[in-house]
Amino acid sequence: MADLRNNFVGIKSPNPFWLASAPPTDKAYNVERAFKAGWGGVVWKTLGEEGPPVVNVNGPRYGAIWGADRRLLGLNNIELITDRDLYTNLREMKQVKMNWPDRALIASIMVPCEEESWKAILPLVEETGADGIELNFGCPHGMSERGMGAAVGQVPEYIEMVVRWCKQYTRMPVITKLTPNITDIRKPARAAKAGGTDAVSLINTINSIVSVDLDNFAPNPTVGGKGTHGGYCGPAVKPIALNMVAEIARDPETYGLPISGIGGITTWRDAAEFLALGAGNVQVCTAAMTYGFKIVQEMISGLSDWMDSKGHRSLDDICGRAVPNVTDWQYLNLNYIAKAHIDQDACIKCGRCHIACEDTSHQAITQFVDGVRHFEVMEDECVGCNLCVNVCPVENCITMVGLEPGTLDQRTGKVVDPNYANWTTHPNNPAARQAAE
Amino acid sequence: MGTTQSGIHRGRLAPTEYETNFSDLHPRLDDHEALVAADRCYFCYDAPCMTACPTSIDIPLFIRQISTGNPVGSAKTIFDQNILGGMCARVCPTETLCEQVCVRNTAEHRPVEIGRLQRYATDVAIATNTHFYERAARTGKAIAVVGAGPAGLACAHRLAVAGHDVVVFEAREKAGGLNEYGIATYKAVDDFAQAEVDYVLSIGGIEVKNGLKLGRDFTLSDLTANFDAVFLGMGLSGVNALGAEGENLPGVVDAVDFIAELRQAADKATVPVGRRVVVIGGGMTAIDAAVQAKLLGAEEVTICYRRGKEQMNASEFEQDLAASKGVMIRHWLQPKRVIARDGHVAGIEVEYTEMRDGKLTGTGETGVLAADQIFKAIGQTFEPAGLGSLAMASGRIAIDAEGRTSVANVWAGGDCVKAGEDLTVTSVAQGRDAADSINRMLAAGAQPSIAVA
Ligand SMILES: Cc1cc2nc3c(=O)[nH]c(=O)nc-3n(C[C@H](O)[C@H](O)[C@H](O)COP(=O)(O)OP(=O)(O)OC[C@H]3O[C@@H](n4cnc5c(N)ncnc54)[C@H](O)[C@@H]3O)c2cc1C
Ligand SMILES: Cc1cc2nc3c(=O)[nH]c(=O)nc-3n(C[C@H](O)[C@H](O)[C@H](O)COP(=O)(O)O)c2cc1C
Ligand code: SF4
Repeated sequence: MADLRNNFVGIKSPNPFWLASAPPTDKAYNVERAFKAGWGGVVWKTLGEEGPPVVNVNGPRYGAIWGADRRLLGLNNIELITDRDLYTNLREMKQVKMNWPDRALIASIMVPCEEESWKAILPLVEETGADGIELNFGCPHGMSERGMGAAVGQVPEYIEMVVRWCKQYTRMPVITKLTPNITDIRKPARAAKAGGTDAVSLINTINSIVSVDLDNFAPNPTVGGKGTHGGYCGPAVKPIALNMVAEIARDPETYGLPISGIGGITTWRDAAEFLALGAGNVQVCTAAMTYGFKIVQEMISGLSDWMDSKGHRSLDDICGRAVPNVTDWQYLNLNYIAKAHIDQDACIKCGRCHIACEDTSHQAITQFVDGVRHFEVMEDECVGCNLCVNVCPVENCITMVGLEPGTLDQRTGKVVDPNYANWTTHPNNPAARQAAE
Repeated sequence: MGTTQSGIHRGRLAPTEYETNFSDLHPRLDDHEALVAADRCYFCYDAPCMTACPTSIDIPLFIRQISTGNPVGSAKTIFDQNILGGMCARVCPTETLCEQVCVRNTAEHRPVEIGRLQRYATDVAIATNTHFYERAARTGKAIAVVGAGPAGLACAHRLAVAGHDVVVFEAREKAGGLNEYGIATYKAVDDFAQAEVDYVLSIGGIEVKNGLKLGRDFTLSDLTANFDAVFLGMGLSGVNALGAEGENLPGVVDAVDFIAELRQAADKATVPVGRRVVVIGGGMTAIDAAVQAKLLGAEEVTICYRRGKEQMNASEFEQDLAASKGVMIRHWLQPKRVIARDGHVAGIEVEYTEMRDGKLTGTGETGVLAADQIFKAIGQTFEPAGLGSLAMASGRIAIDAEGRTSVANVWAGGDCVKAGEDLTVTSVAQGRDAADSINRMLAAGAQPSIAVA
């Protein structure tokens, strides 16, 4: 059996599945249930300063987009940090940590960008026995208007400064949670590292308007006739999160910085992908909010069974394995040539590959052969783009087959070159031409 | 309550049983079910289902409109091709038409529920009384349509949209043809046939004259003399005889008459049925009569068909439906003689059959099935009357590819012609296409003719 035990910046948990800071981790009742269900750790719902807590809207907080059969694909929220008293939270955290010593309990914190505020809260948190802290520099709504959350996360200098305070005033490991609402994710990651962070976690939610109520002409969720942008999460954000994780993992300046991967993780497979792209563990929010805590059982058994089937013994065997294979476009091998191939036995003859290629691509798929409805790739037209594979409703019906070096590419009339050659040396590249001259 | 007495009796069941037995076979999908069902459609390119539909409804488009929350737009897509799309959604043997060729069959042996989705969309439009067509400016042309069945109604509607004035001559008391008098009760509940007729006629410009019968009250030449064009959609009004001794005894009934009586009865408890019923035939009519006899409380219902299961005209789905209601289907049996007791049917003597040298032949072995009621359902025939010299083909009206008959300015379609299957949807297609052909003819006539040198 694969060993799923996780050691993330010294914080130990029986598995790499943590609940992200959000409603599922807002109070002892939920967290107790989560641990009973098997979650390896939780990042407690973000704590604010001492004093009267923030208030949430009293109307709807969530909007969503759905796929087939109303499967939730993307969730959007306008919730703030915890709206419960700081001391109530701290008391409950301490009790829960005592009850569950083998699980990770992280405190998420968001206080004003002043040294005194951070200096004040850190000892209170440390007293609970929490395993670490996560700095919430991500919340894109409400808090950012008050100079916190994303307002800090979007200014690398602030990140560095706050991280430095935290490292100064606590012995707990510091995880810096990044906002994706920024052009280049490497900048805040570098700043966090410069401030001395132990790890980064990402992504927090993405600025979004999820839909518009067409009867009232207002964004959803609509609160008393008006709406605002909220934070987007769930399966739809996974590709964005994966890219940001990979960018940090392969940036020479942040290379080796531990990453807690977050964003759209719904199944063991999603989690494994984050781990492969350099995450040391993962955090989940929307999937738990959609299906309840039990999904962690599928995640644990799925990850473990997959690792067994591939001979991976521990998380170290898979973490970061895909990072060396992420490269820039200009280094992709232009001599690799693939053609689509349609398995006629699997084909159900819906014609979608044909119309996609015919209307919007390269006119490389037949509709009729000898007057009979028949879909077949014309290799002398196929550019190997993969669109047909993606629109085909039958899995593995259309596959991309690489041409062997030495064989003829019927489209170009050229023999496939066995040598690697990329854009940097391509004759059509003006920069390459200049260098040659 | 009810009775199991031998003979032919009404009120065999308790009142609530009638209600359950004759309720909607496939109730309308609710909004959620419709979304789930619609979602299974792959929006195929040049979709096979569209080709299989005799009226060529753009099925992927109307299903996509349902899935995007636009059932009204969906209904228009359907009605554009088939103004009786509501009835077709209920009665089409989809398992041998659109749904048979659905690519989902290849994928997972279960087609998209096209018929039920079609019903969902058309029901929304009819229930909300949403209309999509307006008459073009009046052309001053007058057209006679004979028969207010699916073929006649589809033809009349198209012609009315084009601005012509249409007069429909209908022998029966109500319009609708077999939609009103033939389709099984549980396929078209809540008087849907009349609701649909009203919906179709609301286009305006169509006058239905009931109780007027071609051949009895007027002739084809009367019509050609008074109208710019004529469409014949009389269906099949004759019934094949058994050719067996005793077939005129009381208790031997035409299945279509029994079905019509049942359809017209407001209270199904008033329709009498035998305790033991034998139905002779192997088509849709035989199945419908047998199933409905069973639903009326007959204890034992047996269909006797003179050939094998493979040759039955009734679809697999219809046969399964009959079996599920407890109807026994027996093959390779032909009727020889109706047996009487006290002047009433007591049974039927049947003979086993077989194929010998490619011909159906009696084997000589006979047996007797006890019965107090016998339904004849061995096919309907066309009864020409008042048609003058109109050319026939295989006992029905001969037409060309556009629906034109041998007489100038006379078109025909539906069951009374020999083309396509005898189905509601085929009749609609033929009525509609004949209307298009009539339109072309009238439009060409309206142009000043130019001599081609
Ligand atoms: C019992 C039964 C069940 C069926 N079930 C199905 C089914 O489930 N699905 C399916 O697709 N099809 C079914 N069919 C077939 C379908 O009903 C017919 O194919 C369809 O109704 C034919 O339409 P039509 O307009 O040609 O003729 P009809 O529907 O027969 O209409 C003809 C009309 O013309 C009138 N008429 C006849 N003679 C004259 C005259 N001389 N002068 C004036 N008016 C006249 C009639 O009164 C009638 O109103 C069934 C048929 C039967 C008999
Ligand atoms: C309702 C809601 C409230 C959230 N509140 C917080 C919060 O207080 N602090 C925080 O760091 N992240 C918060 N998040 C962000 C999540 O922790 C997580 O980063 C994000 O949802 C992406 O993960 P997911 O796709 O698994 O949901 C919240 C998310 C949701 C849906
Ligand atoms: S890979 Fe692209 S070009 Fe080739 S057949 Fe598929 S869609 Fe057409």
